[in-house]
Amino acid sequence: MTVETGHFALIVALILATVQATVPLWAARRGNHDLMILARHTAWGQLICVALAFCALIYAFARSDFSVAVVAMNSHSAKPFLYKLAATWGHHEGSLLLWILILVVFGALVATFGRGMPEPMRARVLAVQAMVAVGFLLFTLLTSNPFDRLDQLPLDGNSLNPLLQDPGLVFHPPLLYFGYVGLSTAFSFAVAALIEGRVTPDWARWTRPWVLIAWAGLTLGIALGSWWAYYELGWGGFWFWDPVENASFMPWLAATALLHCISVVAKRDSFKGWTLMLAILAFSLSLLGTFIVRSGLLTSVHAFATDPARGVFILALLGIAVGGAFLLFAIRAPSMEGGNGFAPVSREGALLLNNLLLATATATVLLGTMYPLVLEAVTGEKVSVGPPYFNATFVPLMLPMLAIMAVGPLLAWRQAKLLSALKQLWLAAIAAAALIAVSIWIGEAGVAGVIAMGLVAWLAIGTIYAWVRRWWGPGALRRLAGLPMEVHGMSLAHLGIAIVVAGITATSVWQSEAVRLMKTGDQVDMAGYSWTLDRVYDTLGPNYQAVRGEISIHNADGQKVAILYPERRFYPDSQQNTTEAAIHTNWMADLYGVLGEGSPRDGWAVRLYHNPLVPWMWIGSAIMALGGLVSASGRVRARRTRARAAEPANAAA
Amino acid sequence: MRRPDRMLKRLPYLLPLVIFAGLAVYLWDGLGKDPGRLPSALIDKPAPEFNLPPLEGRDPSQPLATDHLATGKPVLVNFFASWCGPCRVEHPILNAMAQEHGVTIHGINYKDRPEQARAFLRQLGDTYGRIGSDLDGRVGIEFGVYGIPETFVIDGQGRVRYRNPGPLDPETAEKIMALMETLE
Repeated sequence: MTVETGHFALIVALILATVQATVPLWAARRGNHDLMILARHTAWGQLICVALAFCALIYAFARSDFSVAVVAMNSHSAKPFLYKLAATWGHHEGSLLLWILILVVFGALVATFGRGMPEPMRARVLAVQAMVAVGFLLFTLLTSNPFDRLDQLPLDGNSLNPLLQDPGLVFHPPLLYFGYVGLSTAFSFAVAALIEGRVTPDWARWTRPWVLIAWAGLTLGIALGSWWAYYELGWGGFWFWDPVENASFMPWLAATALLHCISVVAKRDSFKGWTLMLAILAFSLSLLGTFIVRSGLLTSVHAFATDPARGVFILALLGIAVGGAFLLFAIRAPSMEGGNGFAPVSREGALLLNNLLLATATATVLLGTMYPLVLEAVTGEKVSVGPPYFNATFVPLMLPMLAIMAVGPLLAWRQAKLLSALKQLWLAAIAAAALIAVSIWIGEAGVAGVIAMGLVAWLAIGTIYAWVRRWWGPGALRRLAGLPMEVHGMSLAHLGIAIVVAGITATSVWQSEAVRLMKTGDQVDMAGYSWTLDRVYDTLGPNYQAVRGEISIHNADGQKVAILYPERRFYPDSQQNTTEAAIHTNWMADLYGVLGEGSPRDGWAVRLYHNPLVPWMWIGSAIMALGGLVSASGRVRARRTRARAAEPANAAA
Repeated sequence: MRRPDRMLKRLPYLLPLVIFAGLAVYLWDGLGKDPGRLPSALIDKPAPEFNLPPLEGRDPSQPLATDHLATGKPVLVNFFASWCGPCRVEHPILNAMAQEHGVTIHGINYKDRPEQARAFLRQLGDTYGRIGSDLDGRVGIEFGVYGIPETFVIDGQGRVRYRNPGPLDPETAEKIMALMETLE
């Protein structure tokens, strides 16, 4: 019964969304206030219905109801309970439902927290949000219904893949989707502005917090995915430039560009067309990412046809949403430009440069991801675009970006003096020179590595300086408290970037690796530590058997630093092996051990890594996301104080 | 004079739409194609050049390279991996082809961990002639595999004659063996 209730709730949600996609638009045009307000209620109605449907599906998975097709396909009665729940979104149909759930959550949030907006604007934003919901609900109900029943009841479910039994995979998709779908708000705001025919600094202020929240979610989602790859795949790598990763990275780059130029609209009323374009682009790339890679519908362009009904629907949906938005953009945006001029050397100029670099980087990644497919479709030739391409194109774009990031916040709006900004960065320059010297002294870093390390110091010190300069001096505490949240947020995010880049660079250039056949008692010296395989023994887990190694690590003084317990697990139910890397971190470096195959007689294949500064990538990403949230919170507060300030004026009038 | 000016100003705003339209047309073009029937671009052409080390743990003197395909006798090249479910499904059919009909099947272990591939073969049986270990998937790209499993029929001169994307079923296996007989 619950299953049918879920199905029914989805249909009701579709009806509500259809109403919300049409009536408020008409009402906003006519100035009918009552019907505009309808959108707020339908937004909440949609949320309740979709949440009900989602709970019904979770319930079906929790109870292992194998009469439901997706449960039979993607779960198993012997799965641990947490992973039964996670299986709810571990496949095409369920992940689509999760997607819709997050979409309507954002819709309801905009309905509730968009109080500062004029009613017609809010009605239009919610209508566009509902249009997206209509498309996705139709897609789900018509081609990917998660509530389809099976005629013949299977005895047990199909899937028991131990690789997917991992906490990283439980939380990775929801966070990533949170980011992807959060960008739908940027899309809705942009399209609503195009319908309305004007973009104002106020519009930018309403839109900005949503972009920031989505961006923070995307940042965490990408970091979590990278972390999962790092510890679960057991190769000591963290980023592979494969299409799945690129698909999440492209919207991130576009959203980063967007949240920078949106502040130009808010502050200076320029960059309007470009901002609208980026808002549409960011969400379009999210759609591309969700559909084409995450759902596995496009391993190559041809694999689309594995289910033509879905393929046609997806293309139609993309065509209407993206094509329609860009068409509207082409018609309406040219008349919206204007705003204030600025000199090449100014805050606007720096942000423009930032946007150009980010846009080029997005295009580079898009090209690298799609080019092999395009070329193959056109000429039949196969090429491989891998890390060498991305390292050769992406890294040179990011290095100047890091250099500008330290200078930009010191520049004034409209017109600034580059020389005086650079003079203020003398401390950052000294720090950069020092880190460059250290990098050269350590050696093996290569030119790009040395420059990157220098830029890390430049950016970190420059960011801290620019932040301190804002409040240092007489009355420091009062000035610090009065600083807008966006300044704190930006400083945090830029500092986070510096920390992430430090991690990426250090582990890329200074990783040490030893792959040995070791018998118990054997010792390997690497990276200033001695690694000893003390013993290897059998052990039992809840649903697996394991061979566990014990690797003790001593430092140069002979003190014991850590014991690693890497495992090779065997899951008898599914007859599969997994390798569990063991990681000891001291926050400056990871000591990373993997136990391979072997026997007591021949020894065991052991892979050992010393990965310097890897934890900094995760810490830095968290700081970046925090920066985004801090900045978003500031905007909300600024609006409330303004609203409060407006009240007495109204009362007086 | 003003009008062309305004048109020119509008042009950049059309750009996103035009680029998107191009991408959409290209995707639409791909839509009609059925991967099952889409012939490989390699059909009747020599198999791509490659040279792979053997799967770790098998005979180290038995690598798999292009030269091992042109032996005067048709052979099969099968892309597989332990992480691939359909590969498990088709594996008994490959075993039957090799054991009961004497077909030479070379395996290419695609983006897999060697120890897991060995476990896979221990469990399901190893009737491959040679197995090349394609850790980074480069040879898979050379062959243009869309997904695995995928099986190629190579004739005695080392030319690709047939490509089967997806798992083999008994019927396809019959067809492939019939084709290989005509090639001998």
